[in-house]
Amino acid sequence: MSEPVGTPVSAREAAELLASGVTVRPRGGGTKWAWAGAAKPDVVLSTAALGGVRELNAGDLTAVLGAGLPLAEAQAACAEAGLMLALDPPGERSTVGGVVASADSGPLRHRYGAPRDLLLGMTVALADGTVARSGGKVIKNVAGYDLAKLFAGSHGTLGTIVEVVVRLHPLQASTATAAATGDAQELARGALALAAAPLELERLDVRWEGGSGALLAQAGGVSAAARAGRAAELMREAGLDAATHENDDGLWEEQRAGQRAPGGTILRVAGLPAELELVLTTAERHGAALVGRAGIGTSWLRLDAGAVAAVREELAPFPCVVTDGPSGLDRLGPRDPALVALERRVRERFDPAGVLV
Amino acid sequence: MRLVGELQRICGRENVLTDRDRLRTYESDGLLHLREVPAVVCLPGTADEVRRVVRACHEAETPWVARGAGTGLSGGALPVADGVVLALSRLRRILSVDLPNGRVTCEPGVANLAVSRAVAPTHFFPPDPSSQVVCTVGGNVAENSGGAHCFKYGFTTNYVTGLEVVLPDGEVVELGGAELDRPGLDLVGAFVGSEGTLGVATRVTLRVVPVPETVRTLVAYFETMEDAGRTVSDVVAGGIVPGALEIMDRLSLRAAEEATAAGNPLDVGAALIVELDGPTAECGARLAEVLAICERNGARGVRVAADEAERELVWRARRAAFAAMGRISPSYYVQDSVIPRTRLAEVLGRIEELAAEYGFPVANVFHAGDGNLHPLVAYDARVPGEAERAEELAGEIVLACVAAGGSITGEHGVGVDKKRYMPAMFSDEDLAAFQKLRCAFDPEQRANPGKVMPTPRLCGEVPGPYRQHPLEAAGVAERL
Repeated sequence: MSEPVGTPVSAREAAELLASGVTVRPRGGGTKWAWAGAAKPDVVLSTAALGGVRELNAGDLTAVLGAGLPLAEAQAACAEAGLMLALDPPGERSTVGGVVASADSGPLRHRYGAPRDLLLGMTVALADGTVARSGGKVIKNVAGYDLAKLFAGSHGTLGTIVEVVVRLHPLQASTATAAATGDAQELARGALALAAAPLELERLDVRWEGGSGALLAQAGGVSAAARAGRAAELMREAGLDAATHENDDGLWEEQRAGQRAPGGTILRVAGLPAELELVLTTAERHGAALVGRAGIGTSWLRLDAGAVAAVREELAPFPCVVTDGPSGLDRLGPRDPALVALERRVRERFDPAGVLV
Repeated sequence: MRLVGELQRICGRENVLTDRDRLRTYESDGLLHLREVPAVVCLPGTADEVRRVVRACHEAETPWVARGAGTGLSGGALPVADGVVLALSRLRRILSVDLPNGRVTCEPGVANLAVSRAVAPTHFFPPDPSSQVVCTVGGNVAENSGGAHCFKYGFTTNYVTGLEVVLPDGEVVELGGAELDRPGLDLVGAFVGSEGTLGVATRVTLRVVPVPETVRTLVAYFETMEDAGRTVSDVVAGGIVPGALEIMDRLSLRAAEEATAAGNPLDVGAALIVELDGPTAECGARLAEVLAICERNGARGVRVAADEAERELVWRARRAAFAAMGRISPSYYVQDSVIPRTRLAEVLGRIEELAAEYGFPVANVFHAGDGNLHPLVAYDARVPGEAERAEELAGEIVLACVAAGGSITGEHGVGVDKKRYMPAMFSDEDLAAFQKLRCAFDPEQRANPGKVMPTPRLCGEVPGPYRQHPLEAAGVAERL
């Protein structure tokens, strides 16, 4: 990276940089830098000096985190208090701000939602040089517009996230995972049965590569082992070959890793749980490896860049987004012009001069 | 008014009201002391009629207010004088139920409870405001409604995946869809809770979830609110996330008991409802932990509901708390502030001081898990000056909650009622950022004007011509 880097030490300084007349792109851990394609900003806004666990209110299940804080450090601080920030996307160097700005998530998405669902408040630096806060520090609050959700997933195009307030959850006393292998039809059947079962699963994932796949269901809490056992039974009823694992960290690490392909191509498919078999057979036909959230419907296909257009067409109308991948690929695919026009109106208000690139 | 003829052509003569007596039905929402008679009320029967009505208002430069069942408690559906009320009560069809994917698509006038009924007995729609029998999905979307089960299940915003919206210029746009993780800005997230100021939703896609295997409900009685509050803290510190945690104080308990005869004792300082739901194995183990915590904190007695009928009795008393205040006071004023739960004792102490200073009884009903406090200020509107002083006291309570790090509203919305407190929570720069969003959707500010923002602000033109993003210029379109 050859662009000059500005490292503001406060929200105010970040806002001054955004208003300085040059084009700017924020960067946290830099793990998703390539997602923006080939365009280069004049200056990189590093959030490295905007980190820190600023508040950890264990009794209130809330935390105030600087955007530049590495997610792993946030997790470590929460774990010390017996809590967790229920976000587990891949990327060891990812920062809290980067994960929120890219709306990235991992297997815990199944029970706890995406970053948007965990945000209670946010402070952003804006292109007009102002610093704006929305939301609050309490877990229930409807005062004012929910700008935190608007900025989550906006990839830095509306302003720079400098601080977030998040909801925390209790760290599960124990976990256990049921894992099963089978063909696409069995996996799809098992996934639907598990998604409908009142097991309160922490995670429910699928993976697929080279003609076969697996379904993974993790339960947490004091009854984790018993519920994982019940999940394994449901998998067997669906025709799958199932076993339970109490040391399950490695299984889930692999699921997270499957969401990235450094140097390769990842197509993120926003599907629906009941269409899992279609997504699996499409992946198989194009030689793609897949990890996915079986109860949510989102999958990550690792494939040849040349297969993107065909997969997108076969899975239409599911939105398919290229995350990792060579520049020059159509990253977003076809979009509704009316929606794009409205998004542009929002961007014009927050960044009229188009400096946030 | 030329617009009236146009509205009659769109909705049919019988669905456009201009008669003053009939208009008065729409003069307020659940916050009865704020009233404004609109110029005209129209009741469109289809999404396309809604679009044409909004378009006609846009062309006639006339402000409009969308309205569901009118159960809101912040004046969010207060009409604008000389404006149009767009009543959505005829748009009450459930359009599709897709249980394998956990989705329901419906029109905005569908009642909240009707969604859960449509997916019973296997699934339910978690947001459950007290008014759920009548309040509408459209209203829930506008207000980001909560209810008693938010601590575990979240709010309306966590369950809306897609919206068809008519923008204030009459254009129709699809935000989100059935799928999650779609590319682009989270405009669904921005729209939910925008209190009708960004447009009107004509179709809503909701996520519904499996019904828990087991529900265990208990009421524990304590000498003091502090004991009840400490019990909640210990439950949360134990890693337990109950479906609901509700505290009623002595006064609200007395009122509810007079109304429902649920069998609650009257000589206690507080009642704590704990509802555990989820897998049977998990609930059973956690129930034992909760009972031990109650005992450790000096509970005077604990009743565990033995069956659904007993559970319903517990909730009937809780839900009746607002209306029941009418039995012990001619008038009351409900607040909706939020505090960090760990500041409960301190804030309750401050509320007590304020109540004594003003000389009004204040009853407290509390969604204890998420810190949402509903103080009810009891007064007599027939006594000149009391209403004003009660409102002043309620305002002091709101400000005390904000000072403790809380919020002016947890679920009722800002509307008209609380917009004056917005500056206590948000700076000028914060409010200016809110206004940017508003102006992107509604530059003429005709959708529900006068709500949310404390003072009127103009939108103005976007300064200078929009410069294409380098990313757009490079042909990679918008960023992800």
